[in-house]
Amino acid sequence: MISVAIRRRVGDFLLDVAFEGPGDGVTALFGPSGAGKSSTLAAIAGSSTIEAGRISLGDHVLFDSALGINVPPRARRIGWVFQDARLFPHLRVEANLRYGMKRAPGPRRIGFDHVVTVLDIAHLLRRGVRDLSGGERQRVALGRALLSQPELLLLDEPLAALGGAHKDEILAYIARLKADFALPMLYVTHSPDEVRAVADHVVMLDQGRVVATGDAAIIGGARIGARIVARERDGVLIRVPRGDVAAGDRLDLLIDP
Amino acid sequence: MLTAAEWDVLALSVLIAGRAVLGALPVALLAGWMMARTRFPGRTLLDAVLHSSLFLPPVVVGLGLILLFGNDGPLGRLLAGFGVRLIFTANGAALAAGVMAFPLMLRACRQAIEAVDPQMEAVADSLGAGFWDRTLSVTLPLAAPGLIAAAVIGFAAALGEFGAVITFAANIPGETQTLALAIYAALQQPGGEAVALRLAGISFGVAIVALLLSEALLAYGRRRSGQ
Repeated sequence: MISVAIRRRVGDFLLDVAFEGPGDGVTALFGPSGAGKSSTLAAIAGSSTIEAGRISLGDHVLFDSALGINVPPRARRIGWVFQDARLFPHLRVEANLRYGMKRAPGPRRIGFDHVVTVLDIAHLLRRGVRDLSGGERQRVALGRALLSQPELLLLDEPLAALGGAHKDEILAYIARLKADFALPMLYVTHSPDEVRAVADHVVMLDQGRVVATGDAAIIGGARIGARIVARERDGVLIRVPRGDVAAGDRLDLLIDP
Repeated sequence: MLTAAEWDVLALSVLIAGRAVLGALPVALLAGWMMARTRFPGRTLLDAVLHSSLFLPPVVVGLGLILLFGNDGPLGRLLAGFGVRLIFTANGAALAAGVMAFPLMLRACRQAIEAVDPQMEAVADSLGAGFWDRTLSVTLPLAAPGLIAAAVIGFAAALGEFGAVITFAANIPGETQTLALAIYAALQQPGGEAVALRLAGISFGVAIVALLLSEALLAYGRRRSGQ
């Protein structure tokens, strides 16, 4: 169980976010760019200063402004995966993977061979990180974060820098991680498709606030058939079946190719 | 090829310039890191002070060293208590050369640290590496090519330093007489031009060797840091 309540002002932008996520499975932080998703992750990881709030992971309090608790990033037991992987360029793949593992205190719950097998990166271990494709980099970054023995995995738009085929590949690996390691994950994205593919729980953000929480259904996107009933000059009139939508519902229009 | 006397001058020059770099590089690295990564009141002023030997005449720097490290200077007296004397010694020549080369090394170190993406340090932090740990395992290896460049620039500057060395350490053959000082001494002798010219050739050779060595080190460093 992760519990987050943070308040932070950056210039004119006020981040005021509170939500709870289950202790297992993937919680998506979903919203348009500029909604405060990445700032929220940075606050949870401890790399940015927060004015007020409380962040806890199970019974492990990471930040509490009232009690004056602020655990430094390296002691938070949080694995962080970025959209640009951020592998160490001076280390080979294996040394990247072992970097956090070597420094993790306590028992190694998550084993090296297990991670390497699940992510299919055994053949990359001797390589330099410059020789990896985008998808391979992201798999190594996932492995490096996992092997630091975290209690929470943060995924900050992990597919944003990848092309279409690689996106599906990494999504499949994230689904395998979910099945293999009982580890809560916070997944930042602005893509409804990604939310539908991996999220068990959704926290929807807009303009620095939580606007809705629930399961993946809250982002909508259950596809309904619409029919063009009339065209007039540039205008198109679309009819949606009654019963599928109600007054006040939000409709996103997707033009299938 | 070279006469025994010329070998001695060459060896002494390399020794003095090497010691100058060895002493100045850690300080330049620390100061360069502070300038690149920290903000504090008086930072610009400190930066100017650290660069002072770049815009002061070398003879003034030598004079400053005499006032500080001379037999009557406060630091000179302190060191004398430990049986260490710098003025008119090879170590003193290294000190003078190191002080003169310091601003160049500082700039190179600062640029080397600034070129390291702070996000790499943040990643190391999130993977459990504390400050010294990530500095040694991430920041310095990534800055290595620039730090090698700093050492080479410092070595070249220290090797050629004249004014501050002759002011503080004098021109003592076998003790403080580096190539630059030996060339000057030769020119003071009637008909010494030929000797001076040979020494100048040696200086040129050392410069070329140092440059080639630094290129090789840089290529190695770049390969290692994957740049």
